[in-house]
Amino acid sequence: MTPITQRLSSIRKLDRKTTAQILRVSAHMLSLYALALLLFDYSRNNLGADPVREILLRTGEPALVLLILSLAVTPLTLLFGWKQLHPLRRIFGLYAFLYVALHLLTFIWLDYGLNLAYILDGILEQNFVLVGFAAFVLLLPLAITSNKWSQRKLGKKWKTLHKLVYIIIMLALIHFWWLVKNVYYMPFLYSAMVTVLLLLRWQPVKQKALRFQRWYRSR
Amino acid sequence: MLIKKRTGIEIPSSEITPQHLYLSRRQFMAGAAMATTAGLLAACGAGGSPEEANTAPVNSGNGGTAVSATTDELGDPLNTYDEITNYNNYYEFNTTKDGPARLAKDFPTAPWQVEVGGMVKNPKTYAMEDLLKFDQEERIYRLRCVEAWSMVIPWVGFPLAKLLNEVEPTADAKYVRFETIYDPDNMPGQRGRMFPWPYVEGLTVEEAMQDLTILSTGLYGETLLPQNGAPIRLVVPWKYGFKSIKAIVKIELVDYMPTSLWMESAPTEYGFYANVNPEVNHPRWSQATERRIGELGRRPTLLFNGYAEQVAHLYPDPKYDTNLKPRGS
Repeated sequence: MTPITQRLSSIRKLDRKTTAQILRVSAHMLSLYALALLLFDYSRNNLGADPVREILLRTGEPALVLLILSLAVTPLTLLFGWKQLHPLRRIFGLYAFLYVALHLLTFIWLDYGLNLAYILDGILEQNFVLVGFAAFVLLLPLAITSNKWSQRKLGKKWKTLHKLVYIIIMLALIHFWWLVKNVYYMPFLYSAMVTVLLLLRWQPVKQKALRFQRWYRSR
Repeated sequence: MLIKKRTGIEIPSSEITPQHLYLSRRQFMAGAAMATTAGLLAACGAGGSPEEANTAPVNSGNGGTAVSATTDELGDPLNTYDEITNYNNYYEFNTTKDGPARLAKDFPTAPWQVEVGGMVKNPKTYAMEDLLKFDQEERIYRLRCVEAWSMVIPWVGFPLAKLLNEVEPTADAKYVRFETIYDPDNMPGQRGRMFPWPYVEGLTVEEAMQDLTILSTGLYGETLLPQNGAPIRLVVPWKYGFKSIKAIVKIELVDYMPTSLWMESAPTEYGFYANVNPEVNHPRWSQATERRIGELGRRPTLLFNGYAEQVAHLYPDPKYDTNLKPRGS
């Protein structure tokens, strides 16, 4: 290798590192945006006449969006070969858990006032809450095992365990469908996105996606 | 506007808590949310009883202070003018809570006419001016939304019975059918095809003649704002809020059970009677508790929204509803 190509490759390497760094920081900022805005509006007393509902909506929807984003990473890698995106799965997934936890905390604390009888009625008598709660419970082990140590420790089982995310996203969508009052634009939109992201994981479609990637990279 | 002061249930003014004892619950909310964990727990535990909030005067927001009492007959504080005029379900404008206040700003409410007809002896089209000639009274009512939130609102209006007595329903009239204006130019929500506009609601003649049932033209002593159903709307406090149809242009006495907009668009979820009942769940959510706007925590929902004494006799079976199933059945 000539000195000049050596230098070029080291620049490219540095560049890759910087890209990864930029991607990571952007993912954190994107994930925290909704929470920052919520806190800002709260501090300005700008959450409207029913702040509890507002906080519920503004922790619930970001949770769903972040779950979808974490599910979007693999298909994007498949389509465009952007391997640098891979670490974002964990970042988005963990932030999704953060928002779900805040959502649940708002429900049991601000909405139901930590009144156990009301909370039990609220969960057991309302299917949409039951489904949402189930999603939280399933998300819990994924959040706990979202680290290199667990990944090593669990080996192959880790991958199987994290397939739970497909059940979780379904529960989250059902939760949304069941709670809206006859105006279904948003649940439809999110369901359509998830459908596309899941389809891209299905072998026949996956093959086509890989062919697309080869074409895309060879341009 | 000359207003006779009257609440749903008469209480001597001596029993009404002085105004200065009540705190704006918005302030309370902000305070509580910033308090320590222990403080918050205490504030939430009881599901928001009024004693928690006894330190500062009522702040009814911009305007709207002409009320005779600061609580309903159960001792729960009125919601602020600001809350009542900025948190609305009014799908004719849009489906958000704060949208109607914004989008209804220029909604034309004058001139306005209400056509009263059908099975009556004296059909008549009333100009708004004629309707304001009925003695306008203050009625402090709880409003319980089917979405499980509630408010206490000092309405101004007159009993529907007075209007019906003037037009004299015939013996064959069994139901009253109400219709909202169809005005897609000024109601952006009506341009969508999501719902079979215009909004329709109905009551039995007995329900319509009940003294609690009013046509409202104002609140907090002020003329009704468009987002609250101006210039004239129905208020039926023992039924879920959606029964209290807004911006009425037509009242018709009929011999069939009217199909309301919600019965038509979601027949498995909304029935004709729609009486507030903690024992009868909405098919998808519980009606056992409710969140009073401005409070943290929840309070138990009362049968007939706390008006059982006045209306229970109309319903021999308290689980009365055509479509909503009692819980556990």
